[in-house]
Amino acid sequence: MTARITTEEAIRASGGRALIGYLPAGFPDLATSIEAAVAIAEAGCTAIELGVPYSDPGMDGPVIQAATQSTLERGFRLEELFEAVAAITARTSAPVLVMTYWNPVLRYGVDRFAEQLAAAGGAGLITPDLTPENAADWLAAAERHDLDRVFLAAPSSSDARIDRAVEASRGFVYTVSTMGTTGARTDVDDAARALADRIAARAAAAGTTALRCVGLGISTADQVRDVLTYADGAIVGSALVRALGAGGVPAVRELAASLAAGTLDGGPADAAPAIAPSSTASSSPQKDASA
Amino acid sequence: MTDAPAASLRDHHGPWFGGYGGVFMPEPLMAAIDELAACYEACKVDPAFQAEFARLSRDYTGRPSMLTEASRLSEQAGARILLKREDLNHTGSHKINNVLGQALVAQRLGKTRLIAETGAGQHGVATATAAALFGMECVVYMGEVDTERQALNVARMRLLGAEVVPVTSGSRTLKDAINEGLRDWVANVDSTHYLMGTVAGPHPFPEMVRDFHRAIGEEAREQTIAMTGGLPDAVLACVGGGSNAMGIFHAFLDDADVQLIGLEAAGDGADTERHALSIERGEPGLLHGMRTYLLQDGDGQTLESHSISAGLDYPGVGPEHAWLHDIGRAEYQPVSDAEAMEAFLALTRAEGIIPAIESAHAIAGAMRLARELPGSTLLVSLSGRGDKDVATAGRWFDVLDEDARQQ
Ligand SMILES: Cc1ncc(COP(=O)(O)O)c(C=O)c1O
Repeated sequence: MTARITTEEAIRASGGRALIGYLPAGFPDLATSIEAAVAIAEAGCTAIELGVPYSDPGMDGPVIQAATQSTLERGFRLEELFEAVAAITARTSAPVLVMTYWNPVLRYGVDRFAEQLAAAGGAGLITPDLTPENAADWLAAAERHDLDRVFLAAPSSSDARIDRAVEASRGFVYTVSTMGTTGARTDVDDAARALADRIAARAAAAGTTALRCVGLGISTADQVRDVLTYADGAIVGSALVRALGAGGVPAVRELAASLAAGTLDGGPADAAPAIAPSSTASSSPQKDASA
Repeated sequence: MTDAPAASLRDHHGPWFGGYGGVFMPEPLMAAIDELAACYEACKVDPAFQAEFARLSRDYTGRPSMLTEASRLSEQAGARILLKREDLNHTGSHKINNVLGQALVAQRLGKTRLIAETGAGQHGVATATAAALFGMECVVYMGEVDTERQALNVARMRLLGAEVVPVTSGSRTLKDAINEGLRDWVANVDSTHYLMGTVAGPHPFPEMVRDFHRAIGEEAREQTIAMTGGLPDAVLACVGGGSNAMGIFHAFLDDADVQLIGLEAAGDGADTERHALSIERGEPGLLHGMRTYLLQDGDGQTLESHSISAGLDYPGVGPEHAWLHDIGRAEYQPVSDAEAMEAFLALTRAEGIIPAIESAHAIAGAMRLARELPGSTLLVSLSGRGDKDVATAGRWFDVLDEDARQQ
């Protein structure tokens, strides 16, 4: 296996204008979920956030919840996740971060999970219900297997909690745009800008830097463009999942390309390039076009 | 993740009960949970808070609740059965104790809106009641399956002014209602208190809910001594999340000679796949912000539980119970739907008391234990009355006439 590009490197390579696309592993079936993830990377996603379908998805809104529930009903197993990660990373160099609630990892075995994820070429984990104070086992495993760990910071987080998220995270800090669950919203709260600024200030005070990618409620290229004026990346989930559910891989590819237009300076949102621009906004220097 | 037990089991506090409990919640809710924990710590030592809680318990709930000697049932069973009458509380179950306590905490936090999950509807009714009493807004999440089997309680909540939201995700029962409630909480945390209905969830809920139910055991302990001259041989209570059981067990935790027995719902039977035996058949895992015994598959997906009793139909259990099980202080036994319904009828016919089907599980456990320990004194938590279950029981025993059946 060639040395993979880390999440942080990918975001920096995008000029700090990253687009991160979320899709559930195995939705609507394993093969389509792989094709969809590769397609959005080709269309301009800097990194892929691959969600693990889970029976009790506390942070997810109705679109993702319905998709993951149907994936579970179809009989999704964790083996599929590792299969999907391996297949996606074989075809694109965009880092693949797995978003998972903690019980599946705990049940699988934290170190075993980390080992398999690393073996499949995964970049790391985003852990919505595992906060840094409970993450000792995961941090140790991530260290052993050289994996990114992305923790959340929310508008409600205290300075002390932001400090802990900054310190424990590698890759980026998941900057929760709004108080609520996933789902497209017409306005991404001003809270996101304030939080992104707070994270930067707390990191600076601690003598470090933190990449901030904003997620929850982003669904249009204009929102992506807006977020990128103050953050290093924008994360889009429900809108992509809805497109995939409604129109399959072509639809999700098209939406990703249109969202990627928001990562370009001043470019009109509807003049989306069919593939990732070759300049700084591209997710990956090498493999995308050849996939 | 573990801590040493306190010298007295009664003095054990969260967030950890052995390796169980903790706080596993999405970051957006952490501030609210920290704020709640700090507020509850302050309430605990505030005489004004405790006095107001005691006043409400006395003048509104009707505490202390009675201890009733079930003489005719005792004769049938061959042991002395004493019933702690939480069914006589206002709103008809033990749930009101916790709700009034948390409503006071919510008020102190400046919250104006209460949200709750409910299975049997008793917790929803209690929460809607407190919301009416305190002049707060109220939204209750209830699995769609449960809105059907507990239609009477849905109507009660609506009459009290609460909005009842049927939850159609997952198993459409209590577990999914909690998920929806937590989602609402994330989005409305500034105005809203999530009023958890049992000794489950992230710290401080398990400890706080236990504390608000402590009077059940403290009163029952005194009443039993006054009535019998000594302690009971065993204390029995049904366990869904385990709040009525924790409430009555707590006073006896340091009485090593008193057996504590929690009755879990075995649904179709302990040897079937359709049950709610979280402790007996579960494995440690995470659900609803806590580490506890959990019905789950090999991938860590929560399994659906099954019970005729909506209030026991939960795939997890409060973390303090998980710990009491591990250290051997309490024992947990299964009671099937059929056994519970047999006990339901036995109590109804022998004493003229129609129990909640939840509570009937505890009665069934007592009837069984009486056969093992003839002549013993058994203290049973009668956690609620059976009005809400009349349709279910009427169908089970085939005594509902056709008109009622149409409803
Ligand atoms: C009467 C009654 N008893 C018991 C329970 C179960 O709850 P817990 O296990 O928290 O006591 C319920 C829950 O709805 C109930 O209504």
